[in-house]
Amino acid sequence: MTRASIVRNAAAIGVAVGAYGLGFGAVSVTAGLSVLQTCALSLLAFTGASQFALVGVLGAGGSVPAGMAGALLLGSRNTLYAVRLAELLPLRGPRKHLAAQGTIDETTAMTISAPPELAGIAFWATFIAVYACWNLATLLGALGAGVVDTNALGLDAAVGAAFLALLAPQIHDRTGAQVAIGGALIAAVAIPFTPAGLPVLLAALAVVPAVVRRR
Amino acid sequence: MTWFAVLGTAVGCYGLKLAGWSLPARLVEAERVRRAAALLPLALLAGLVVVQVFGDGRALVLDARAAGLLAGGIAAARRAPFIVIVVAAAVTAAGLRALAVYIGQ
Repeated sequence: MTRASIVRNAAAIGVAVGAYGLGFGAVSVTAGLSVLQTCALSLLAFTGASQFALVGVLGAGGSVPAGMAGALLLGSRNTLYAVRLAELLPLRGPRKHLAAQGTIDETTAMTISAPPELAGIAFWATFIAVYACWNLATLLGALGAGVVDTNALGLDAAVGAAFLALLAPQIHDRTGAQVAIGGALIAAVAIPFTPAGLPVLLAALAVVPAVVRRR
Repeated sequence: MTWFAVLGTAVGCYGLKLAGWSLPARLVEAERVRRAAALLPLALLAGLVVVQVFGDGRALVLDARAAGLLAGGIAAARRAPFIVIVVAAAVTAAGLRALAVYIGQ
């Protein structure tokens, strides 16, 4: 792996992430957020699944605390990514605080898989590419959703499919499949009995058996 | 209130990232913490799928969104890219709705 090939891969990842960004922008405006709020989320939160979760819960009529709790639970894996990245990239001060914002799935995957001497290039190139594409695509998606009838276009159905598309590649084994099915069942049972937003949080309980189980 | 949610989520998500850069590794590297963090997205995303597709307020419903999810699921099972999965779901739901309007006339 060379410096040039890493930069090329980073650019390709940025473009691929742009597709998610278009979806996020459209979904967020469909859920009732303004274009400015949608762009602020992508610029400041900058972690896709959490952003989708927040606007999904708010769009379904869920409360602000329920939406935020779901978003933060999904964002907790970035903490673990950061621990790994801090070992590979010894940064301090302003650089560390900047790098923190770029701690997401894509940058972690690229940094871990690069040769140690190119880890820094891999991280920053991927961060820059993904940040630029994610935010530009968010803006375009948000503007696009504002001018069309989103339900006639089936965008409400696209939200569920977007979550499925985020979920499917993460199921690697039996435990993962059990947790996903468990989460789906808990949410389905909870919908008639709990306020909007709570079914998603209750779904988190599906991890309990797998976490407490002795290996 | 929506701005509060947007900015609160932004601050919280940044705090979670920065914590990993600043905390001693042993605090977050406990086996159970790792497992929980790896599995949480699966449970939450599955819950979100159900709420988005079958939820209508406090009711569970089966409508064009479910057909869209089925189309998206088939695309996902064939390892289609994200945008294809989403568009397949949207087009299916939109097509069924257009058909319903046409039949209704």
